[in-house]
Amino acid sequence: MNEDQTLEARTRPVSAAGPVVAAHFLGATAAFVLGEEAVLLLSAHDERRVAVHAGGILAVAADGGGVVTGGDDGNVVITHADATSVVVARDPAGRWVDRVAIGPKGAIAWAAGKSAFVMTADGTPRALELPSSIGGLAFAPKGFRLAVAHYNGVSLWYPQATSAPQMLAWKGSHLKVAWSPDARFLITAMQEPALHGWRLADRTDLRMSGYKTKVRSLDWTASGDWLATGGADQLVLWPFQGKDGPMARSPRLLASAPASVLEVACHPKEDLIAVGYAHGLVLLVRIKDGAELIARRPDDQAVSALGWNADGTLLAFGTESGAAGIIDLR
Amino acid sequence: MTDRIPVTVLTGYLGAGKTTLLNRILSEPHGRKFAVIVNEFGEIGIDNDLIVGADEEIFEMNNGCLCCTVRGDLIRIIEGLLRRAGRFDAIIVETTGLADPAPVAQTFFVDEIVGRKTKLDAVVTVADAQWLERQLHEAPETKNQIAFADVILLNKTDLVSAASLRELEERLRALNPYAMLHKTQRCRVALDAVLGRNAFDLERILDLEPAFLGPVDAHHDHDEDHEHDDHHGPDHRHGQGGLVHHHDEDMRSIALATERPLDPDKFFPWVQDLVAKDGPNILRSKGILAFKDDPERFVFQGVHMILDGDHQRAWRDGEKRESRIVFIGRELPEERIRDGFAACQT
Repeated sequence: MNEDQTLEARTRPVSAAGPVVAAHFLGATAAFVLGEEAVLLLSAHDERRVAVHAGGILAVAADGGGVVTGGDDGNVVITHADATSVVVARDPAGRWVDRVAIGPKGAIAWAAGKSAFVMTADGTPRALELPSSIGGLAFAPKGFRLAVAHYNGVSLWYPQATSAPQMLAWKGSHLKVAWSPDARFLITAMQEPALHGWRLADRTDLRMSGYKTKVRSLDWTASGDWLATGGADQLVLWPFQGKDGPMARSPRLLASAPASVLEVACHPKEDLIAVGYAHGLVLLVRIKDGAELIARRPDDQAVSALGWNADGTLLAFGTESGAAGIIDLR
Repeated sequence: MTDRIPVTVLTGYLGAGKTTLLNRILSEPHGRKFAVIVNEFGEIGIDNDLIVGADEEIFEMNNGCLCCTVRGDLIRIIEGLLRRAGRFDAIIVETTGLADPAPVAQTFFVDEIVGRKTKLDAVVTVADAQWLERQLHEAPETKNQIAFADVILLNKTDLVSAASLRELEERLRALNPYAMLHKTQRCRVALDAVLGRNAFDLERILDLEPAFLGPVDAHHDHDEDHEHDDHHGPDHRHGQGGLVHHHDEDMRSIALATERPLDPDKFFPWVQDLVAKDGPNILRSKGILAFKDDPERFVFQGVHMILDGDHQRAWRDGEKRESRIVFIGRELPEERIRDGFAACQT
């Protein structure tokens, strides 16, 4: 790739009028979720602003069909490409809903305080009380199972069973949680600059450390071979091929820059990663040879959101200051 | 880059007057808007959009050699509040009656986002004049709150005699000579005495005099003048430039001073080692340092094991180049600290 080329000419600029906390695609429509109140929907010829919460938007999850948000108004809302939005749940005590997840067949999970809730697309919510505030939620790739991260570990919950959840213990505050695509490993980002993990077959602990700051963004590559992470001044890729995953192996370090990696988003088909930095740079990084393509030049507006469409032809980005855009890679 | 949002931590025993102070802050017509993080919902009389309930969840964070307790719930609440950053000018965190202020303060040093977008302004402790003596005796957490404070409101002064008030004031000064102390009724004090203090701002470490003293005899060394082998009763006191010591106090302050320049290659390892070993006992530390061959003043401050320091400004012409350090804590190994400090001097 020619380093002098950038994708600027292929970028449709978007002014979000507020910090962008997430960027997703609903089919061909780009959805930019703002820090407060609204989701901005952009289709080929149309731009619509949908009011979804009466205050801050604290959590976002999406599958191709809808964007689920949790707010400080205690509501869980789903927004669709046609600009309709529905309150799917309210916290009974009006607490902040600050974690949400989408699972198989449109199942939605959310957390408020120490309570986790799950609702199937047509069922009643089930609730689980945890011993401490919930730091992260993630549905397993197969089956109907939820990982709930909290202080001192992760609870694995089968919401439709009556048995108590299984606990994977490790001291500290576990925040984001993510399953490997083959469900063999479970990874958490901690408050410390480190990741923790478990090989689920035998509950072996994994520790991935060396970060500069806590890891705010992590994503699996399409092949499942790599876990891309932010939290350093370069892209940190942990290898997950083979039965031992990253154990006793070093990460691959690519795409160094004079700023922290804040956001990572893996291409849905290729082993290619979009990387967003604190100084505004967005790079596309090819794992095979570390080649980099500048998708957005640095301009001191920290990248706060990245999202690919389903076939990897469009990349949406957002920043803390509201500058956003859609890059067309066709 | 926008200014960091100041955060005031309000602490004090139940009933001392925190809620009264909070209500005053929220209702006075100063034009400022606050986000308030409280533990007991429903006590605040004023309708304020941005009141959030917190759970006071503490966890221990291991960050290399640094091990400290952190308010995890505060990190998440502040991240959530930052979504609405345009809607308030400052944050007030109210802690429960027996809370240790240290985890709250430490939280602002360990999280990158919190540290970048907010700044700790001051720890304000409200003490109930009527019950303080008893609380100090029965609840060791009270001493922590006093020793940790930047501002102390000795409240409900109308409920105690003038003599009692004098004694309480001396007791508080003995625990924390460096906090600004105000005697109040119904927490009536000018708001700029509790807000906008910049107490954790390195730029504002101008001097380290005890808050109430006038010119100080910096060379008076307490230990040289008195023998302490024979035990005196609890009301044995002696003055040191107006500062009265209560020798039954396990919580106290140590002040170090020297006009001899410090060797940075000795000082930094010494002070880092000191807070790593004795960190749990050292509640707060502050220093103004004159290094050998360094034209700039270096200032630092610390909370337990966490130290934060930087060059502050050039020494002015004619300004006496002197290093001064203060440690406030319990069971401090004073002799070892003084010896260690002496070894750093050139």
